[in-house]
Amino acid sequence: MKDLGLWGQLIYYFSHNGMYVLSQFNQTFLVSIYGVLLGAIVGIPLGIWISQYRRLSPVIIGAANVIQTVPSLAMLSILMLGLGLGQTTVVVTVFLYSLLPIIKNTYTGMLSVDPDVLDAGKGMGMTRWQVMMTIRIPLSLSVIIAGIRNALVIGIGITVIGSFIGSGGLGDIIIRGTNATNGGAIILAGALPTALMAIITDLVLSFIEKRLTPKTSSEH
Amino acid sequence: MLLSMEHLRKEYPNGKVAVDDFNLQVDRGEFIAFIGTSGSGKTTTMRMINRMLNQTSGTITIDGKDISKMDPVKLRRSIGYVIQNTGLMPHMTIQENIEIVPKLLGWSKEKRAEQAHKMIELAQLPDDMLQRYPGELSGGQQQRIGVVRALAADQQIILMDEPFGALDPITRESLQDLVKHLQEDLGKTFIFVTHDMDEALHLATRVVIMSHGKQVQVDTPENILRHPANEFVTNLIGEERLIRAQPNILTVSQIMLKTPVSITPDKTLDDAIDLMHDRRVDTLLVTDDKGVLQGFVDLDDINRITDGTTPISRFTNRKVFYVQANSLIGDTVDRILKQGVKNVPVVDAKKHLVGIVTRTALVDIVYDALRGAPDADEEPASPINADIHAAANHEGGDTAE
Ligand SMILES: Nc1ncnc2c1ncn2[C@@H]1O[C@H](COP(=O)(O)OP(=O)(O)OP(=O)(O)O)[C@@H](O)[C@H]1O
Ligand SMILES: [Mg+2]
Repeated sequence: MKDLGLWGQLIYYFSHNGMYVLSQFNQTFLVSIYGVLLGAIVGIPLGIWISQYRRLSPVIIGAANVIQTVPSLAMLSILMLGLGLGQTTVVVTVFLYSLLPIIKNTYTGMLSVDPDVLDAGKGMGMTRWQVMMTIRIPLSLSVIIAGIRNALVIGIGITVIGSFIGSGGLGDIIIRGTNATNGGAIILAGALPTALMAIITDLVLSFIEKRLTPKTSSEH
Repeated sequence: MLLSMEHLRKEYPNGKVAVDDFNLQVDRGEFIAFIGTSGSGKTTTMRMINRMLNQTSGTITIDGKDISKMDPVKLRRSIGYVIQNTGLMPHMTIQENIEIVPKLLGWSKEKRAEQAHKMIELAQLPDDMLQRYPGELSGGQQQRIGVVRALAADQQIILMDEPFGALDPITRESLQDLVKHLQEDLGKTFIFVTHDMDEALHLATRVVIMSHGKQVQVDTPENILRHPANEFVTNLIGEERLIRAQPNILTVSQIMLKTPVSITPDKTLDDAIDLMHDRRVDTLLVTDDKGVLQGFVDLDDINRITDGTTPISRFTNRKVFYVQANSLIGDTVDRILKQGVKNVPVVDAKKHLVGIVTRTALVDIVYDALRGAPDADEEPASPINADIHAAANHEGGDTAE
């Protein structure tokens, strides 16, 4: 195997461990998705809530900011003390880190809706709920999705690091590569799919973001 | 009474009293314009009508029902609402925008669509525009949609807050025509906030002039131009506009001399000459004993007669040109000036002599109207405009109290 170049070794690795890489890929992806999904389930309503009670926004956004400043490895270790080794801890960490981008974008999106449009909606007799569902959310949806996109890219990075506390995934391959002598190809075998995942999810979400942006022109 | 506001007061949480003891009774089909300086409480008053704001005290009733006891959401669906920046939903087509309130009211899809077509026609815009988005329309077209959207569920009262403030003068005029049509021909009632005095005077059946949360004057445009309540109103209307409007609001009785020199036909030539001498005039108006105008005698005519006992009836010139006391100066001035006479007798409806208009007084009014406002140190030609001029140039005339 030594006579092969780095790329040759990489191809060799993939051809022999293809299914293994794929299953690690899936695992990393799912852990990130679960974390971000939880983040969205909590963060979007929180963002909406603080946009209605704006006095609360510095508190909530401040708290999310504090979480963000803790280095992810430190956060993983701290949580590990409470939650033990494994995927749960990583999912919770991804969840915590996705809160800030999701809350912040939801909040900004809500506030960027033209106040005149909101005033007209209310003045025409829409209930608060109707204003939310037919005006606020549609008009801020693309900004909210952009927040989720951010969160997912961050989340993938954290999940890979999460392998250190035994959550498996592509990070495992990378760690194995760092431990092996001449493990460059193995590191790449973990790192390239990770990068690919980040890029693809980003592209897919940006596509969704564009699709969900409400039409304001009849042309296309 | 369609809409009634009594002793309305609005105090904001920060202690600012924005509206104080506001009273107004509005009949169906009226066009009420609120005008006043910035911060005078126009928007606040208007927004209390659809409960976008709740009054601190006082009552608002619509068709006799107290709106504070109504569900605000239902109330708002029954009142049209138009704001300056149109408030069209950018992510909805024009059709969806027009259908908002009908949809909230649960109309069927077919009925809504039918209404949308009706409304776009009312807005005088092409039907295929229904499928476009607001961003694809010009500002004027957007506001046309904003106006008809407020009528889509057959609302009877329409509230408008400076709806045309952001439009250029020509577009604005065409939208003014639209709302005037809606009021005059469809009998809609408008409450209209504006900063533009010409707009208020042109559209309104009654103008509410506000200052510091209080009503300063509530009256028809004619009456406000005729009798501005105080200096504040005079200033708000502007000297220029007041003086220009004079020929169209002043009646002949307002500029006539109320003491015409008259004589009855049974008097003699000597009496006439004595009277002319005493009063230093060269014409006498002849009236019968009930005061009805018969004609006039002129010094030239008298000169030719030598017998001092000739009765006046013998040489009365019966071809007398006269005007009605209640006619507008603008309507009569042409006729008077064309006659080339020095003085014109003024009569009431039963042709009783009530006064006399001098050609000079008339010319002064017309001259002022043509010239507009004189400079501060210059007096208007007509004394009747002097008050306006003085009020407008009075120091500190900008505030009401
Ligand atoms: N939410 C609020 N809280 C406190 N004060 C307010 C509030 N809204 C308006 N005001 C004050 O109440 C007064 C009346 O405001 P309002 O908006 O009714 O004036 P307006 O006549 O519509 O003025 P403009 O011609 O500038 O639109 C102003 O002094 C304003 O500063
Ligand atoms: Mg206002």
